Amino acid sequence: MNRPRPEPVQVVKERRDRALELLVKGVPYARFMGIEFDRRGDELTAIMHYDEKLIGNPFLPALHGGAIASFLEMTAIIGLSWQTLWDDIESGRTAAEDLSPETMPRLPKTIDFTVDYLRAGLPRDAYARARVNRSGRRYASVHVEAWQDNRDKLFAQATGHFLMPSRNGNGARVG
Amino acid sequence: MTLKAGEKARIAKQFIEAIPFSKALGMNLDDIGDGFAVISMPWSEDLVGDPQSGVIHGGAVSALMDTCGGAAVMSHPDAPAGTATIDLRIDYMRPATPGQRIIARAECYNVTRSVGFVRASAFDEDEDRPVATAAGAFTVERPKEAKA
Repeated sequence: MNRPRPEPVQVVKERRDRALELLVKGVPYARFMGIEFDRRGDELTAIMHYDEKLIGNPFLPALHGGAIASFLEMTAIIGLSWQTLWDDIESGRTAAEDLSPETMPRLPKTIDFTVDYLRAGLPRDAYARARVNRSGRRYASVHVEAWQDNRDKLFAQATGHFLMPSRNGNGARVG
Repeated sequence: MTLKAGEKARIAKQFIEAIPFSKALGMNLDDIGDGFAVISMPWSEDLVGDPQSGVIHGGAVSALMDTCGGAAVMSHPDAPAGTATIDLRIDYMRPATPGQRIIARAECYNVTRSVGFVRASAFDEDEDRPVATAAGAFTVERPKEAKA
């Protein structure tokens, strides 16, 4: 009974981190918003670093509703795309070494997105996680939760529907 | 610019153009009146969500709709200045054409004692096909003594 030796942890980590970096760094708006993604296994946590430009009400002060919506939609799209990319890499369908900005899979397209503003966004870092509730061949439904100091006290949540990129033939629009 | 001559409109314009996030996205208040607002935003490399097509990220369009919706509530004759978004739903009809300015128009079509209801739509240079539409509810913040 000879099982192949598992790959060294560093090799596995580097492969996954590289794929995630390619996915996130390819989106200029993520950089503009100061949004990064922290990875633990396949689980992503989005972080929006506080910056004065994210403010919507200077008197309170509070984060802009549009900055919050942007943060949640970014978390949903990257989370959804990451799930597919992870499956492709881990199953060996996609070789991580071959990924490049030009050959990255197309991102899902937002069909609709609804944000609930539960409390004012404080002028500090914010965190969010996406949960893919359904992901079919063409459509996906994603829920996002966002919090600041306290994980149990969400300051916003959102649900959105997305059109998945075509799986055969890079970039072709599904419909 | 056909800004209405009301004092409230002038204050609203000053207020909206001083919002840091709206400024960062280059938003401009084009028009404002009783319960409506028109705000536009230029295309910018910073706002791109899909590097392969150059299309602006949906979140930036949301931000424009949110700002425009808030401005429509603030400019409503029955609402005092000051509002926050309760919820906002955006439907994306098509990608905005890269390089083109996006213009949002919002209407606050109903105000109760506590809530302003808003509809909005966004267009690029093709004025026949909307890029996105939105529907939202906003808080109406009244001074304490205004209780009836």
